[in-house]
Amino acid sequence: MPQIEQISEFLSSQVFWLLVFFGFTFVVVGLGMVPKILGTVELRDGQIAGDLAAAQAARDAATSDEEAWRQRENANRSAAQSLIGEAKAKAAAASAAKLAETQARLDARLAEAETAIAAARTSAMAEIEGVAADAARDIVARVAGTEVEPAAAEAAVKEVMAHG
Amino acid sequence: MAAEEGKVDPMKQFTIEPLMGSDWQLGDGLNIAFTNSALWMAITAVLVTLFVAGGMKRELVPGRWQMAVETMTGFIDDLLEANVGTAGRKYVPYIFTLFMFILFGNLLGLVPLGLIPHMHAFTFTSHFTATGVLAIMSFSIVLIVGFWKHGLHFFSLFWPANTPVFLAAPISLIELVSFMVRPFSLALRLFVAMMAGHVLLKVLASFVIAGGSAGAGLGLLVGVPSFILMVAISALEILVAGIQAYVFALLTSLYINDAENLH
Repeated sequence: MPQIEQISEFLSSQVFWLLVFFGFTFVVVGLGMVPKILGTVELRDGQIAGDLAAAQAARDAATSDEEAWRQRENANRSAAQSLIGEAKAKAAAASAAKLAETQARLDARLAEAETAIAAARTSAMAEIEGVAADAARDIVARVAGTEVEPAAAEAAVKEVMAHG
Repeated sequence: MAAEEGKVDPMKQFTIEPLMGSDWQLGDGLNIAFTNSALWMAITAVLVTLFVAGGMKRELVPGRWQMAVETMTGFIDDLLEANVGTAGRKYVPYIFTLFMFILFGNLLGLVPLGLIPHMHAFTFTSHFTATGVLAIMSFSIVLIVGFWKHGLHFFSLFWPANTPVFLAAPISLIELVSFMVRPFSLALRLFVAMMAGHVLLKVLASFVIAGGSAGAGLGLLVGVPSFILMVAISALEILVAGIQAYVFALLTSLYINDAENLH
């Protein structure tokens, strides 16, 4: 077994060179490079965590913005709805008033016309009576040859017309 | 003699050979020849450095390489976070280096460089002189952190919470032994696991060679199954390479947890 047979010959060499090369590796790699690599990893982890937090914050902000927008939009919509309702009601009231006014005017003209018609009819009736009385006096004068008083003729015509 | 040469010595792969500077000395008589073992440690160090350096672009959106490196550092980071807690993060450089160094060392030993003549891969983690140094480093960190943070109170590690007084002596003796055994178990586990796999592969390879040279019949009977087994065990060894590196890092972090969060 060379490990034991050669121990007295090469022990110091083995120990010396192992210490040299291990020491070299420890100083250059272990102390020089490893902390920087670990630092890079830590930096990256920090960056990732920060980015994630920023993304989460942006997402929260977007959510709250959307919520605010929705509320504003709802308020706007309800305001618009009430405006429309108001305008509708106003327009309805205005047209109702106009209709009522027109109706009243029409009613008034109708009533006026009716009274005029009634008056015309009354005067026409009166004229007819007068004409009928005259006609009756003429008929009596021709048939009987007697003069009838206009008043009596009128009364007789009236009586006949009243009986139909 | 020709038959002797045809034999495969499964232990030869662990032989350390000086490549240069066989007379280099450190102080009085400590030889520090640059061996094949040292060469593979150097290759491991360079490859680990290149691998991690490839992930240093520090981009916000990582590429594949950066992703791979960050997966490794994140793996060790999570391991320490889970076993030691937030206080464990300061050990990430050490545990990461330990894990990558052992992992690359294990994997590089499995590279089939032997296909190229006069070259062969060397697994420095199959030498307890190397794993021992790593284990002693981990153990020293536990001791230093323990005594630094808790002073002599660190000895209460050997007296588990709610232990009855009359059991204090035997329990603390057992705890002390299990504590002192830690560096050995750390070092030996890795060394034995790596060595066993490589020996097994070489033994099976010698079966293939022996079967093949014994004739077509034996070659088919012994060589082919051995070869199939070698392929399967090579896959297993890649798994073991990762698992042993992970176990070493995991146990070290558990021991550090004892020192960091004394009950």
